[in-house]
Amino acid sequence: MRNPLRTEAEAFSFVLVFVALAVVVGLAVWLAGPKVGFAVFLALTIGIGVGLFLKSDPKVTEPAVWDRHRPDGVNRILVIANETVAGTALRDEVVSRARDGASEVLVVTPALNSRIRHWTSDEDGARAQAQDRLEASLASLGASGVRAKGQVGDDDPLQAIGDALRTFPADEIIVSTHPPGRSNWLERDLVGRARETYPCKITHVVVDLEAEREAS
Amino acid sequence: MEAAAIEHGHDEHHGPPTANVSSRVDSRLLGIYIFIASEIMLFGSFFTALFFVRVVVPHESWPPPGYHLPVFMALLNTIILVTSSFSMHWALQSIKRNHRAGLIAGLSLTFLLGLTFLLIQMREYSRLGFGPGSDAFASTFFGLTGLHGAHVFVGLNLLAFALVRSIRGHYGPEGHDHLGVEIPGIYWHFVDVMWIVVFTVVYVI
Repeated sequence: MRNPLRTEAEAFSFVLVFVALAVVVGLAVWLAGPKVGFAVFLALTIGIGVGLFLKSDPKVTEPAVWDRHRPDGVNRILVIANETVAGTALRDEVVSRARDGASEVLVVTPALNSRIRHWTSDEDGARAQAQDRLEASLASLGASGVRAKGQVGDDDPLQAIGDALRTFPADEIIVSTHPPGRSNWLERDLVGRARETYPCKITHVVVDLEAEREAS
Repeated sequence: MEAAAIEHGHDEHHGPPTANVSSRVDSRLLGIYIFIASEIMLFGSFFTALFFVRVVVPHESWPPPGYHLPVFMALLNTIILVTSSFSMHWALQSIKRNHRAGLIAGLSLTFLLGLTFLLIQMREYSRLGFGPGSDAFASTFFGLTGLHGAHVFVGLNLLAFALVRSIRGHYGPEGHDHLGVEIPGIYWHFVDVMWIVVFTVVYVI
């Protein structure tokens, strides 16, 4: 459900809606009596509640970075990963694309956090853990000869991609997840939603950390 | 020279590190949302009491015989409060366009309209002919309208703070520079919406 009061302007439009509803209830009372007016009031109150609940977030049209003319010929790769950021499969995938030296890689690790900690802005622990994983991943990529930068992102991976794209106009996005059945991101259809939202090539890499540990 | 450099460096590192802030909701906005949610529940309990009295206690008519509510004055108050929402919105739009005179005029007008609302309500209380202790209907009437009046009073205080700060040159058009106006604005619109519901339920239906 989208918060209907994100700004003063939205709260003001709420006032206008309630004025209109009060006029409707007033007319119902005037034309058909208080009982009908009360029924209209109840129906409108429930209708507003259900309408707000069902109202989906507006379609995201993100962002216009691909419209920029980039004559430098650099292939920019955005990698979004968290627990799987140090996985061998992901590292091999990035290395195979970026070893030519004409590529720039930005690794983003969302600071995964619990809901309650997010709403209370208690993000320090989550960001510290994400930073640790990021540094390990950058070290691994650097040892493989890949020039990579990194940053910790929002705990919503789709938001983290959007934030990164505002400063890093990627040609390709690599989304790394756990295997199906063990991945919250796949459960929330992150890859599908990213493909709907961002008009560039999106590659999904599955990293099975348990299998990699057993193999090593 | 060296001492100055050291002193400068000490100043730069003074205080706690910058807090991490989510890109989705400002903690101050989150605070007003939680506050408004609690207020809706508070008003809900008063509405429940009013509906209970109306449904459970048998009355031939509503309001009960012998009570005459000042509907016209309440309608006038409604118009005043709705107008104040427009002036509040104008104030915020003005500062977003870096128009400080509009901000000050909008906040002043909103404050005056809110004060007028409160004075009219107090005058009507003195002329109603019944008090909070008269019976259950009177208790719920004064409870609900009085609760709303208290919220208008709080809103007037917030507006007064914002007005004084705007006269002193605070607030700006960028980003969160006008959050000190936006948050009282959201609260004021909430108070306005609540009055529309109170007016509809108590005076119209």
